[in-house]
Amino acid sequence: MVPEIGHFALIIALCIAFVQALVPLAGTSLGVQRWVATAVPAALAQLLFVGISYGCLTWAFLSHDFSVLYVAQNSNSELPLIYRISGVWGSHEGSLLLWALVLALWTGAVAVFTPNVPRGMRARVLAVLGLVSCGFLLFIILTSNPFERLLPAATQGRDLNPLLQDIGLAIHPPMLYLGYVGFAVAFAFSIAALISGQVDSAWARWSRPWTNVAWLFLTLGIALGSWWAYYELGWGGWWFWDPVENASFMPWLIGTALMHSLAITEKRGTFKAWTALLAIFAFALSLLGTFLVRSGVLTSVHAFASDPERGVFILGFLVLVVGGSLTLYAWRAPLLKSAAQTQLLSRDGALLLNNIFLAVVTSAILLGTLYPIAIDAMGGKISVGPPYFNLMFILLTAPLGVLMGIGMIVRWKSDSVARLKSKLWLPALLALTAAALLTWLLPVWYWAAFGGLAMAVWIAITVVLAIHERMRNRSLLSALRSTPAGFYGMLLGHLGIAVFIVGVTLTSLYNKEKDLRMAPGDTYSVAGYEFTFHGVRQFDIDNYVATRGGFSVRAEDGDFRVDLFPEKRIYRVQTMPMTEAAIDAGLTRDLFIALGEPLGEGGAWAVRIYYKPFVRWIWLGAIIMSIGGLFAASDRRYRRLARSPSRATDAVEQSR
Amino acid sequence: MIRYALPLAVFVLMVGLLGYGLKLDPKKVPSPLIDKAAPEFSLAMLHDSSRSLSTADMRGQVWVLNVWASWCVSCRAEHEVVTALANKNLVTVVGLNYKDKSEDAIRWLQQFGDPYATSVVDFNGKVGIDWGVYGVPETFVIGADGLIKYKHIGPMTMESLEQKVMPVIRELLS
Amino acid sequence: MRMVLIFMFVLLANSAQAAIEAYEFDSPEMEADYKQLIAELRCLVCQNQNLADSDAELAQDLRRETYEMLQQGKSRQQVMTFMVERYGDFVLYRPQFKSSTYLLWLGPFLLLVIVLAIVVKRLRAAAKPVDVDADALADAKSLLEEEQTKK
Repeated sequence: MVPEIGHFALIIALCIAFVQALVPLAGTSLGVQRWVATAVPAALAQLLFVGISYGCLTWAFLSHDFSVLYVAQNSNSELPLIYRISGVWGSHEGSLLLWALVLALWTGAVAVFTPNVPRGMRARVLAVLGLVSCGFLLFIILTSNPFERLLPAATQGRDLNPLLQDIGLAIHPPMLYLGYVGFAVAFAFSIAALISGQVDSAWARWSRPWTNVAWLFLTLGIALGSWWAYYELGWGGWWFWDPVENASFMPWLIGTALMHSLAITEKRGTFKAWTALLAIFAFALSLLGTFLVRSGVLTSVHAFASDPERGVFILGFLVLVVGGSLTLYAWRAPLLKSAAQTQLLSRDGALLLNNIFLAVVTSAILLGTLYPIAIDAMGGKISVGPPYFNLMFILLTAPLGVLMGIGMIVRWKSDSVARLKSKLWLPALLALTAAALLTWLLPVWYWAAFGGLAMAVWIAITVVLAIHERMRNRSLLSALRSTPAGFYGMLLGHLGIAVFIVGVTLTSLYNKEKDLRMAPGDTYSVAGYEFTFHGVRQFDIDNYVATRGGFSVRAEDGDFRVDLFPEKRIYRVQTMPMTEAAIDAGLTRDLFIALGEPLGEGGAWAVRIYYKPFVRWIWLGAIIMSIGGLFAASDRRYRRLARSPSRATDAVEQSR
Repeated sequence: MIRYALPLAVFVLMVGLLGYGLKLDPKKVPSPLIDKAAPEFSLAMLHDSSRSLSTADMRGQVWVLNVWASWCVSCRAEHEVVTALANKNLVTVVGLNYKDKSEDAIRWLQQFGDPYATSVVDFNGKVGIDWGVYGVPETFVIGADGLIKYKHIGPMTMESLEQKVMPVIRELLS
Repeated sequence: MRMVLIFMFVLLANSAQAAIEAYEFDSPEMEADYKQLIAELRCLVCQNQNLADSDAELAQDLRRETYEMLQQGKSRQQVMTFMVERYGDFVLYRPQFKSSTYLLWLGPFLLLVIVLAIVVKRLRAAAKPVDVDADALADAKSLLEEEQTKK
C-alpha cells in the first residue's frame, strides 16, 4: 500500500509541477496577479508531495518491503539501519528520486527565502524550476519508477552494493546533488531575467547567495567523493579524471566562474550577458553529467547500469532545457547594455581573465571527455585519460594562481601599473624565496614542487596583504564592523586553494608506494617508517566476513608507534571481495596499508604500503573553500535587503 | 549578432554527437590487426599434446580462429553457431583454448560436441595477447594470404554469422 | 533487466579490489617505468581503469607482460608500441599526437588565444573614445537602477 501511495504522490507532484511551470508564467506575461500568486503555494505543495513520495520509498527500505523491486535489489534484512536510509539513493531509480527531492527543496527554499525579490521575478524563477521538475518527475515516472512491484515478493534482498556501505559514500550523493541541483536556482534566475529583460545589478545580487550555497555543497560533495575513493577503493588515488568525476567537476569550475562574474555584474553592471550565459552553462553541465552517467555513452568506473532508453529521454530533456535557454539567450542577450566600460588593468579585468581561464579549462575537460565519442563516430577508438587532463589542467590553471593574488589587490574600475608594482613586488619576492627554501628542505628538489609551493605561498601572502589593505587608516573595530562577510568569504576561498595546491603538489611528487610480499614477522621500511606484519585473523561481522591483517608501524627516529589493521571483506549476499585499507592519518602525512591476496604457504600476503605526504591538505583545502562559500552567502547585504518591503520594485516590475 | 547564437550552435553540434554516441558501443574496441598478418604461434593440440599447430601450417587456406574456454559462459551460447559454421565445410575452424585447464576443455567438448578441426592450447594467454584478445569468445577470419580479414568480438549469433562473418568468408573463397 | 543486473555486478566486482603484486625490480628506474606504464595503459575489459588499478585477469596478464618486457631490457616506448600493435590506440590513456588528435591537444590553447585576442581587442577599442560624460552617465544610470531596486 505504502509504495502505491509513494507512486501516486509522485504523479500528483508532477501535476503540481506543471501548474507551477505554466500558470505563473502566463500570469506574468498577461498581468494576471492571481495567476502569478500561484507560484509560491505550488512550489510548496510540490515539495510536500515529492517529500511524501521520498518518505514512502524510505519506509519501504526501513520495513524490508522486498515486494518492491528496487528495495529487493538494493537492500537486505541484515543491512545496518544507516545503509537502509542511504540505500534509497544507492542505485539509479532512487538516486533520481533524491534528485527530484533536492530540486523540490531548493524550489521551496526559493519560495520562502526571497521576500526581497519582486513577485513577478520570483514567479518566473519558480516557474522555470517547475519546468525542470516536470522533466525529472516525468523521467522517473516513465522510465525509472522506484516503486515498481516484484510479484511474488522476494524473501530476501540482494543487498546494497558493498562499495556503497560506507559512511563517506552515504553522504556524498546528497551533498553532490545539493550542489548540482542548486545551480538550477541560478539558472532559473538567469532565464527569468532574460525573459523579463531585467538582467542587472539587482538580479546579480539576488542570484549570488544561491550560487554560493550551491557551490559550497558541490565543493563538499566532490571532496567527499574524492576522499571516499582514496580510502575505500584501496588504490590510494584521490582523483581519476573519470567521466563521472569530470561530470561533477565541470559544473564546479563554471560555478566558480559564475560566482566571480556575478560579483562584477553586481558591482559594476557589466558582463551581463556573459553572467547570464554562465548560469545557463553551470546547470547545463549538471544535466550533461546526468546524461553521461546514466546513458552509457561512456565507460566509467562509477556508471549506473546503463539504458539507452533513459539516454534518449535525458538527451531530449537536455535539448529542451538547454537548447531552449540558449535560444532565449541568442534572442535576448543582444539587447543587454553594459552600464560601464571595462579596463583590463582593474579588478573587473582580473575577474574577466579569471572567467576566461576557467571557461577554457572547462572546455578542455569537456573536449577530453567527449573526444572518444567523436573518434568512435568516425570509426576509431581512443582513450583520453589522466595524462591529458593533468597536463591541460595544470597549464591552464597556473595563470589563475598568479591572477588570484593580483585580483585581491587591484582596484575596481581602473588601476595603475605603478601602484600594483609597488604593492606586489615584495609578496612576489617573498613567495619565490619561501618556496625555494621549502623545496630545498624537501628530500628531492623538483621544479614542479618549487612552482606549486611558490603559487601557494603567493596566494597566502596576498591574502594577508588584502587584509592589511582593508585595515589601513582604520581602527581595528571599525574595520571589523565595516568589512562585509563576502570579503572574508573571498579570502577563505582563496586560502583554501593555496592549501589545496600544497596538498596536490606534495602528494603527487613525494608519495612513496611499495607493493611487496610479506610473511608474518617481516619488516619493511618506507620513508622513515618501519612496517611489521603480524599475520591475519578472520572475523565475522554484520553482513560480511573480514580477514584482518595486523601491522605495527614505528618511526625510525622518534618514538611514534601505531598499529594498523587493513581488511579484506567478503560480503555474504553478493559474495564480493572488498579491500578495506587501514590509514593512519596525519596533517603532514598519511600511512596507508592495503591487503592483497595470500601468497603461497607460510601466511605470506601481497601488501601495498603508501606514504602520502600532505594528502589531507587536499580535502582540508576544499573544506576551507566551502567555509568561504558559507561566509560569502551569509553576507549581511543580502539579508538587509530582505527585510525591506518590495512593493516599490513590484511597481517598477509591472511597469516594464 | 551572430556571436550570441554561437553557444547554441556549439550545443547543437554536441547534442548531435551525443545522440550518435547513443548508438555506439563504447565497450567494443576494433582490432588494429585487420589486414595485418596473423600473429605467429606454435601451440600444442588439445587432444594430442605431442603434436603442435602453427600459423604457418594454415598458410594457403582460408580459416577461422575461434577463441573459447570451458569457463566462458557465453562460449556455451555461441557453441551452436560455431558448430553451424563448421558444418558448412567451407573453411577450417581452429579453436584457441584460452587460459583453460585441458581436462575441463576436453570434457566440455565431449559434453557439447566438438566443432573444431583442431583446438590448440593457449594455457597462459600469451598467444591471446599477441592476437589482441580481450574477451572470450572472439572469432578471427584469416585469408589464404595469411592476413586477418575480420574479427568478431563477443559471442556470434546465427544472425551475425550470416550477416557479418559469412560474407567475408565467401569473398575470400571466391 | 536481469542482463543489466549481472553486468552491473560484474563491473563493480572488478573495481572493488586493489590489484597488488609483489614484483622485484633490478633498478628503481625500471620500477618507475613499470609504474608509469601500468598507470597509463588502459585495461580493456574494465570500466575505465588502468592496468595498475584493475584486478581483472587480462590486466594481471598484461602487467606480467609489461614486467617481463622491461626485465628483458625493452624500453617504455617499446612496451607501448607492443600494446598498441595488439589492442590499438584505445590502450593509451595519453593519446598520441597525430592528425586525428590535433584538435584534442591544441584545441584548448587555440581557444584561449582566440578568446584573449578578441577580449583585448574589444577592450582597447572600447577604451579609446573614452568620453568622460558617457562614462559618468553610465555610472549614474547603474546607481539609479540600484536605488530603484533598493526601494
